Amino acid sequence: MALAATVRRGLREQMCCGLLTQQLRGLAGSAAAAQSAAVAAAEAAAPSENAAAAGPSVKMNLCTAVNDALHIAMEENSKTLCFGEDVAFGGVFMCSRGLQERYGRDRVFNTPLSEQGIVGFAVGAAAEGYRPVAEIQFADYIFPAFDQITNEAAKYRFRSGGQYDVGGLTIRTPYGAVGHGGHYHSQSPEAFFTHIPGIRVVMPSGPREAKGLLLASIRCPDPVVFFEAKMLYRTAVEQVPEGDFEIPLGKARVAQEGEDITLVGWGQQVRVLELAAWEVAERDGISCEASVHKTGRLLVSHEAPVTSGFGAEVVSTIADRCFWSLEAPPARVCGYDTPFPLVFEPLYLPTVARLTDAIRATVAAK
Amino acid sequence: MLAAFSAVAAGASRRTLAATALGAQRGFAAAVKEADGDTITVEVNPFKAHRIDPPATTVTATKDELLQYFKELYRLRRMEISADMLYKAKQIRGFCHLYDGQEAVIVGMEAALQKTDSVITSYRNHATHVMRGGTVVEVISELMGKVTGASKGKGGSMHMYRREANFFGGQGIVGAQVPLGAGLALAHQYKGDGGVAVAMYGDGAANQGQISESFNMAALWDLPCIFVCENNHYGMGTAEWRSAKSPAYYTRGDYMPGLKVDGMDVLAVKAAFAFAKAHAVAEGPIILEMDTYRYHGHSMSDPGSTYRTRDEISSIRQQRDPIEHIRKLLLDNGLVEPSVIKGIEKEVKKEIDGAIEAAKAAAVPAPEELWASIYKDNLGMSLRGLDSTHMHTYSS
Repeated sequence: MALAATVRRGLREQMCCGLLTQQLRGLAGSAAAAQSAAVAAAEAAAPSENAAAAGPSVKMNLCTAVNDALHIAMEENSKTLCFGEDVAFGGVFMCSRGLQERYGRDRVFNTPLSEQGIVGFAVGAAAEGYRPVAEIQFADYIFPAFDQITNEAAKYRFRSGGQYDVGGLTIRTPYGAVGHGGHYHSQSPEAFFTHIPGIRVVMPSGPREAKGLLLASIRCPDPVVFFEAKMLYRTAVEQVPEGDFEIPLGKARVAQEGEDITLVGWGQQVRVLELAAWEVAERDGISCEASVHKTGRLLVSHEAPVTSGFGAEVVSTIADRCFWSLEAPPARVCGYDTPFPLVFEPLYLPTVARLTDAIRATVAAK
Repeated sequence: MLAAFSAVAAGASRRTLAATALGAQRGFAAAVKEADGDTITVEVNPFKAHRIDPPATTVTATKDELLQYFKELYRLRRMEISADMLYKAKQIRGFCHLYDGQEAVIVGMEAALQKTDSVITSYRNHATHVMRGGTVVEVISELMGKVTGASKGKGGSMHMYRREANFFGGQGIVGAQVPLGAGLALAHQYKGDGGVAVAMYGDGAANQGQISESFNMAALWDLPCIFVCENNHYGMGTAEWRSAKSPAYYTRGDYMPGLKVDGMDVLAVKAAFAFAKAHAVAEGPIILEMDTYRYHGHSMSDPGSTYRTRDEISSIRQQRDPIEHIRKLLLDNGLVEPSVIKGIEKEVKKEIDGAIEAAKAAAVPAPEELWASIYKDNLGMSLRGLDSTHMHTYSS
């Protein structure tokens, strides 16, 4: 898990970059799981990431970063496949542009509109040792495939006593608010998937993380559901390392150091947290940071509805590990417990204004 | 596995649209057999039938019926074109799937059915709402997110409903409405009311697994259900023959009978629905594949020209357009003077323009609607106002 930051200057320039990475399953599942958000943060910025960051980089948006990662994954291993609805033409967001021309129709192809079939097909190919990167056109469409993910993919290794696995499987899917997507093109369904033992859930917060985490996900020996923030496809632009580059799964990234409160988020909500951190730093002198042991105060934020969202897991883990350091009740600023609305999207979202209110209240709590 | 797939893809790529149903229907020009006063007798394009004897292709229509169809078709067309313009002017935001080109399906269907029959469809549902007795104001308002909308402005383009006319709405997930349609048919069977349920989906959705599940249950239990595959030949950006091993959608119920219908001709569609309803009530489910065409792209983000040629679109417009077909029948047989048609067009334009103005003037829904209609009793919630001192609390 990760945090936003003190950010006393320059945040406006960085706001689209997304500072926080998140490999959600890591918190509850694997070895990295053992790290609470706060503890993990202390270990963030893994060496490989820093090393890669020092190399040459190029300016990319999130869509281009995903495309770049897919090209690398296709190039390095002929068993990597890309398929989904309209993927051969580049996909509805153009993330798979150029792949079919370069790698051919037998590795990059369109599927019928059949989400359950797409994932089932991908699970079968992965069980045969292929590395399918299956696209579900919107995260809102993933539910017909839910059974294949939770019952087939996630349990394959366990139920075969380790004889089979579908570690080659990566399911890419765009998620999140986009301004006018309405009920079926805006949802953030990550918490349904973090509840599944056996898969990993990854939600990058910017182009750099998108590339590094997607390559790590495709190579990861476990099946991965990879949520891409579609609002950031074009709007988030930053320097991304050229060539092969990986960000390890399961490690949080500390955006900034500070003293007063710990902010945790993932995906495109990181960007909103950064803006809130900037505002309270400028106006209130509140500095935001990673370790709850240090700050004693925690705020978690996500677009998904608050009840049973992944924020609840973060708060629970912090309460477990940092209980004696807490100075205030942990706060959650999330979507309301309503369907994702169309005309009410601005009211529904956990905006900067709602965040700064909660930051101030939490910091003021005695 | 991959080699086999590659071979299939290569085989498929050799096919052209001319080999599909697109080129199979003849144009609308030479179909009239005779005219007798205000009634004409027309030979519609032949039906293709699967496990059933097809209905007669000779149909009759009166002047008044044709004028009514013309007005309905033209009204739907004008509404959709207006929605396109409003979208481009940013008066409508979000997802929006237009129906222009496919109007004959819904107009022909409603000419044969009653409002006591149930209808459920996909997200391409603006025309369905109007033909179930809704208004253009309700559609345009819903697109703009206004309280005067079909769903109080809370649903948007994909979600129009009209309970009093048994229109169970537009659904956002491809194919997900089809099992619901089978459930609606079960209700008709249980009540024994002689009604049918119509479950509509596209050629893209036809490949969803739950549609096969619905076919099985409907046939197993002899449900009075008409499954309507509106085959516009492209599932989003992928041609039917690239995504379906068998694009003969009317045969894909296997054990279930089916008809393939010229979905660009109101008269053929009407005849098919009358036949299908009688069959569904007496015998059980049937599939109607409507050979139709959408002029616009799949949605507003799809220009509709990257996976098909402009020539293809314009040739359909010239040879099979459902509105021009009816216009020709009226004029070529001397049933009306051109001025009558012009009068209808003028009247419809006025109605649509008025609807747009009404929708623009309408209010947006009140904030508390955000948490209304989630559970039976509304949730009590607080909403932040302009600053943290202005909290608006709504009791349940």
